[in-house]
Amino acid sequence: MNIHEYQAKDILKKYGVAVQEGILAHTPEEAVAAAKKMQELTGTSWWVVKAQVHAGGRGKGGGIKLAKSLDDVARISGEILGMTLVTPQTGAEGKFVRKVMIAQDVYEPGPEEIKEFYVSILLNRQTGRNTVMYTTEGGMDIETVAHNTPEKIFNEEIDPRVGLQAFQARKIAYNLGLTGEANKGMVKFINALYKAYEGIDASMFEINPVLKTSQGKIMAVDAKVNLDENGLYRHPEIYALRDTDEEDPTEVEAGAHNLNYVKLDGNIGCMVNGAGLAMATMDIIKLAGGDPANFLDVGGTADAARVEEAFRIILRDPNVKAILVNIFGGIVRCDRVAQGIVDAYKNIGEIKVPIIVRLQGTNAKEAKQIIDDSGLLVKSAILLQEAADKVKEVLA
Amino acid sequence: MSVLVNKNSKIIVQGFTGSEGTFHAGQMIEYGTQLVGGVTPGKGGSQHLGKPVFNTVAEAVQQTGADVSIIFVPPAFAADAIMEAADAGIKVIVAITEGIPVQDMIKAKEYLNGKNARLIGPNCPGVITPDEAKVGIMPGFVFKKGKIGIVSKSGTLTYEAADQVVKAGLGISTAIGIGGDPIIGTTTLEAVKLLMNDPDTEGIVMIGEIGGNLEAEAARWIKSNGTKPVVGFIAGKTAPAGRRMGHAGAIIGGADDTAVAKMKIMRECGIEVVESPAVIGTTMAEVLKGRA
Repeated sequence: MNIHEYQAKDILKKYGVAVQEGILAHTPEEAVAAAKKMQELTGTSWWVVKAQVHAGGRGKGGGIKLAKSLDDVARISGEILGMTLVTPQTGAEGKFVRKVMIAQDVYEPGPEEIKEFYVSILLNRQTGRNTVMYTTEGGMDIETVAHNTPEKIFNEEIDPRVGLQAFQARKIAYNLGLTGEANKGMVKFINALYKAYEGIDASMFEINPVLKTSQGKIMAVDAKVNLDENGLYRHPEIYALRDTDEEDPTEVEAGAHNLNYVKLDGNIGCMVNGAGLAMATMDIIKLAGGDPANFLDVGGTADAARVEEAFRIILRDPNVKAILVNIFGGIVRCDRVAQGIVDAYKNIGEIKVPIIVRLQGTNAKEAKQIIDDSGLLVKSAILLQEAADKVKEVLA
Repeated sequence: MSVLVNKNSKIIVQGFTGSEGTFHAGQMIEYGTQLVGGVTPGKGGSQHLGKPVFNTVAEAVQQTGADVSIIFVPPAFAADAIMEAADAGIKVIVAITEGIPVQDMIKAKEYLNGKNARLIGPNCPGVITPDEAKVGIMPGFVFKKGKIGIVSKSGTLTYEAADQVVKAGLGISTAIGIGGDPIIGTTTLEAVKLLMNDPDTEGIVMIGEIGGNLEAEAARWIKSNGTKPVVGFIAGKTAPAGRRMGHAGAIIGGADDTAVAKMKIMRECGIEVVESPAVIGTTMAEVLKGRA
């Protein structure tokens, strides 16, 4: 699960991580009020208007802008609110902006040189341990840094038996070239950040940039937080931060029916039990000359009701020219799934696209009989190759 | 021989009396697996499915001599169950449970370090040695005895591969479902090593998916140490980057963990990579024929 920058910063603050402060606004009027409030609280004389959407690269798409007056705040928030923000991470369709954060300007010049760093915490899958990844090259894509100057990226692995140790936080601060108060600030920052990461069952923190201000203070200017969905049951207050406006509405609905659905751009819909077989089925569709319209895992207990809901969701996509159902019945009996398909077909009414049904495993033969006898516009197959050939026929 | 489990394995079920545990334990007994009992805290001393129930794994091991455990306990308690099994001296721990928090698995995996226990999974279909022991949730009838070992991250795709291998006239020595989570006990490489060293296995089917580098790691080892033909497939060539495809571990994070990149590495390491998941079985048969 993803959350917004303003939500992530709220969480970080609770754990003692210093952040660039800001206030959420939904309208230009709220934005101006927020700006005044920020001035009172922090003394800032300029503000940053930041679009709140679940995507990185907001600045590049024009979703983050500096405002030098309250008039600027009103005008810029007016422009950003309601815009469809296209960033390198949103795809061409972009993200609709419903809210902005009015943040303090933390780049004011002063006695010390301002510096931007990058710090993230994530799981190293190879070692099965959390690791703090950091570099002096903040404020740009970490992928670019990894590609151009991989030697500038450091990793500090955390031993799960003892957690993050003080020497590790010190090492990070020194490797970032920090001395004096800024060094102490970074040690504190890293310690608090790691506590927050473990405390909320995060799967990734990416703080880019971490700023050293002209006053030598260390703070998170942006905060990207991903949560481990398996750990959410421990954090109902964080689950409550879920913003379904940021998700594909069909995917949200599918999730409510325990269907794992991801919308894609192709022309052949598919319904499969099991994630690996679902991906393999998408690949088969491509090899047969089509393009998968979705990923859809109906799970281990594909009963009639779920099959029907899956059909409805796939059929909502106007690009779908045919549907391939691929079920390997293990514990699930194929004849029951077949009956579910026939019932769904009748309940939904007229389904105009051809359906190819491949049922293999327990009671596969009986299942094929049910499909063949139903008189529906359904082509049945038992072998995966047969199913692929039938997709080819439909596309021809 | 076969690997991990066989007819002499003494198996207990953790989460024995729950609905999942009850159903699958019943199926395992029906298959002929030597299931010697189960563990459900608070129900020790009773009988379930005609087998004794114990309060702790330690007690179950002491009373039955169990050396293999299969775990069906709910996600919130599953990491604890894994550690309890290892502490009690269980040698092979098969964790079926889906949805264990990553932070819990980090600790469990660390706990297993230095213990004489092998974890399979979690979030996996289990392990089967046909005609000897089914320690998992797979449909037993698909897996006919033979000489091909299977290593796979995915459940139903394992069944698919096994079915094809059997229909190609070959059969299965042992099939190992390693699981699709970001942290798993036994990697693709470790499972492949087991099968390479198994005298009853003549060929290996290795099935992976997008995300991570387990397949590349196994492929590089096979290149220098492989003694048996390997047929490989990676699911998710059509999956977009940055979107999670069902399994928690199935997400393309960088250029190296796409299906295309993995398939390329596997080919370079001498693995017979199939583009279509529909020809896994026939390809294995052809490769073996070419060697004969």
